[in-house]
Amino acid sequence: MLRRYSVHLILPSLGGLLVYSAYEELLGLYTLSVLMFMGVNIILSSSLNLVNGYMGEFSCGHAGFMCVGAYVSSLLGVWLFAKDRVFGAPFLDPDYAIYAFPFIILIGGIAAAIAGLLVAIPSYKTRGDYLAIITIAANYIIISSIENIGSIGGSRGFMGMKRVIGSMEDIADLPWMPIWVFIFTVGTIWVLRRYVSSTFGKGVSAICQDEVAAEIMSVNTNKMKTISFMLSSGLAGIGGGLFAYIIGYVNPGSFTILKSTEVLVMVYLGGMGSLSGSVLSAILFTFLLELLRPLGIFKWVIIPLMLVIMMQFRPEGIMGKRELGDIFPRLKRFYRFK
Amino acid sequence: MTKTQTKISDAPVLEIRNLNQRFGGLTAVADFNVRLQKNELSGLIGPNGAGKTTIFNLVSGFYQPSEGEIFVAGQPTAGLKPHKITALGVARTFQNIRLWNDMTVLDNIRVAQHYRLGYGFFHSIARSRHYVQREAEIAQEAAELLEIFDLQRYANETPGNLPYGTQRKLEIARALSIHPQLLLLDEPAAGLNSSDIQELIRLIRWIHTKFDVCIWMIEHHMDVMMELCTQIKVIDFGQTIAEGVPEKVRNDPAVMTAYLGDDVI
Amino acid sequence: MLESFLQNLINALQWGSFYALIALGYTLVYGVLTLINFAHGDIFMVGAYIAFFAASFALTTLGLSGWAALALTIPITMILTAMVGVTLERIAYRPLRRKGANRLYVVITALMCGLILEHSNLAILGASRKAFPTLIDLKIYHIGGVTITNLNIAVILVTSLVFIMLHKIVTKTRVGMAMRAISYDKFAVPLMGIPLDNIIVITFILGSGLAGLAGLMFAMSYPVLEPYMGALIGWKAFIAAVVGGIGDIRGAFLGGFLLGAVEIMVVAFFPSTLRDLIAFTVLLVILTLRPTGLFGIAKTTKI
Repeated sequence: MLRRYSVHLILPSLGGLLVYSAYEELLGLYTLSVLMFMGVNIILSSSLNLVNGYMGEFSCGHAGFMCVGAYVSSLLGVWLFAKDRVFGAPFLDPDYAIYAFPFIILIGGIAAAIAGLLVAIPSYKTRGDYLAIITIAANYIIISSIENIGSIGGSRGFMGMKRVIGSMEDIADLPWMPIWVFIFTVGTIWVLRRYVSSTFGKGVSAICQDEVAAEIMSVNTNKMKTISFMLSSGLAGIGGGLFAYIIGYVNPGSFTILKSTEVLVMVYLGGMGSLSGSVLSAILFTFLLELLRPLGIFKWVIIPLMLVIMMQFRPEGIMGKRELGDIFPRLKRFYRFK
Repeated sequence: MTKTQTKISDAPVLEIRNLNQRFGGLTAVADFNVRLQKNELSGLIGPNGAGKTTIFNLVSGFYQPSEGEIFVAGQPTAGLKPHKITALGVARTFQNIRLWNDMTVLDNIRVAQHYRLGYGFFHSIARSRHYVQREAEIAQEAAELLEIFDLQRYANETPGNLPYGTQRKLEIARALSIHPQLLLLDEPAAGLNSSDIQELIRLIRWIHTKFDVCIWMIEHHMDVMMELCTQIKVIDFGQTIAEGVPEKVRNDPAVMTAYLGDDVI
Repeated sequence: MLESFLQNLINALQWGSFYALIALGYTLVYGVLTLINFAHGDIFMVGAYIAFFAASFALTTLGLSGWAALALTIPITMILTAMVGVTLERIAYRPLRRKGANRLYVVITALMCGLILEHSNLAILGASRKAFPTLIDLKIYHIGGVTITNLNIAVILVTSLVFIMLHKIVTKTRVGMAMRAISYDKFAVPLMGIPLDNIIVITFILGSGLAGLAGLMFAMSYPVLEPYMGALIGWKAFIAAVVGGIGDIRGAFLGGFLLGAVEIMVVAFFPSTLRDLIAFTVLLVILTLRPTGLFGIAKTTKI
């Protein structure tokens, strides 16, 4: 009984606690935004782990897909529900924003998934280092395209998302962003976990370990690659959309290779092919960034240095390939997450 | 419609007509022909570099032939991706064992049923009733297969921890989880000691009857081939130089020349 | 029309020279170690800064004339930059290689080393840009309607010379043969009595030294230095190396010039903001059509 329902109990109560404390303003705005960024980082690192960990590719352009999601959901939300310089009056009654918001984020994710084809299709023929270049190029192409569209602000960026959130809060005064970040974060891990633990999804690990054997043993490798790349970039797009609405402002400069590198750091810190590792490292990494904030630019010397040192002594990351349940088998008695 | 269907069911499991394969200027396979009937256990031998594995790679779709046609159960395989050809019922093993080494033995067998999972991405996320049912069936089938091969005690080990001979056995078991009509074995005895080889001979013979499958194998151990095969083809530099029953092939002067050189005879 | 074409050609050759020099460094290391040395772009940046300090020191402290200062700056820059590269190799990459770690971990380490170089520069020297001192007076020649500076010519000449020398080293000398041998089989090479680590160090010296040279020439041509200058140029040069076929010296050279040409042509005909977009798109298309690059040889998987 406990095993079966513990996750069903823990997650809602955790979410409820978060929402309650946000509502009662027990947490400061700063703490709350750090928690929300933590959620976004969990989405980013676990989705990249699907490609870099489970599938064994080396994608360094995750921020590009995040950027697509962020822009699509921001533009869509503002066009539909907010008064804006670019789009003029809202297209729909802002009262509907409260219902449409999750769909807006999802559509951003779908757009990013389609952008994922930019990498998925070349991956049929190329692997490894060559694919890494393609992902870098894809990241630059996405950023550069947006910089060149002057009507949505170009490199200056785009804003107005706070007004969408505002009209949601007008209808029901709830901390909407923490709620949705929490839901999407849990949803992401849940989707990924189900995917990689199904026999279907294990085809991805088969590709990682021996692509020739996978194809010969009837795994449709091209299809699996397409699905995995699209899922990974789609989830990154969702993360990007949430990121944009948390900050209330997007500009291409936030999604450069540096951001992609940040996500890479989280994936390898946690361990390739371990979802719980990715979650753990995203939490740790976000904390670390905030902890080292007073150091200013030295932060970006210390974090890479720590990773370099870690690579020397524990290159497989915190968790390696294992999940939480593999390290503490007793935990398995208390929860089941599927 | 019925006419073509009867034609397909009567068709040989594998038919290769005038197969040619060139890599740049090198002709790896020249004018190769073969017909394998249901239940046949046939062999392909030849010196190193004769083009044996190339033929297997052509059959499994890893290369596209330069010329010629390949039919699996009467169906042409030209232009099909390897996984599609596998789904037609062509399974194979590799010269150097290619198991998925970070997956458990059980998962190795399960993933090889990929083409007939019968559910896709959305079912795997939604965990629909159909998904749950299929996963149960797949796991059941994999467990049964492991039991038949007496590998069930390794089910949760990774293949890398198994002895070499057991890995060979597992690779054959994985190929059989495809439900093949045709099983291609590429040097199954490579790297095995003599007692392992005796077991392998028994295993292959047993598989041949138990699974009702046509087996085509490449092997350098002549005793294995002589004991198992009803028909043997010999190729050298891509050319077929002899074929027939083992006894005939063994005494063929062209075969001796190919293996031992001109001056010996 | 012809004049503007020639003018653009010269600009492209000069601009491509920087890419080519940096791409050579990527390709050398990749050819020997199959390691993408992601820190290489930042080594180029460090080279430019070393050149800045060396030149300022020679000009003001030593009070040398421009030419003498240049003569001093070139070797100092190349040697010091090579030392930075070798240090990275010794401290970060070699221990991992000794442990036989997954290649990916070395790549991540390289990526992190690049970040460290970039940001420690930013932390130590601050975000303000540095103006590179003038070492030699710019001479401008007008031939027909085409404008050439002595710097243009120098950059193109030096790059071509470097290419020829490097090609000779790799194909004709014992060290070069050892380098090529390592790229074929890393395990057999030590058995043949070739000192693996020495060859790798030489590779890093060559690659980083060239990055230093590129940094110096870049600083002379575009005399504004900032810590992030290496990142973008580095990524692009890397892509150029891959388009040429990574691991092949001719490929790196050609890829670098190709990228330079594409960028200059884009700027000539389109708004300059489209430069990166079009350059990367062209590269993506080339890689999709020829996945192993122009000179690259497809690695066939044997089954």
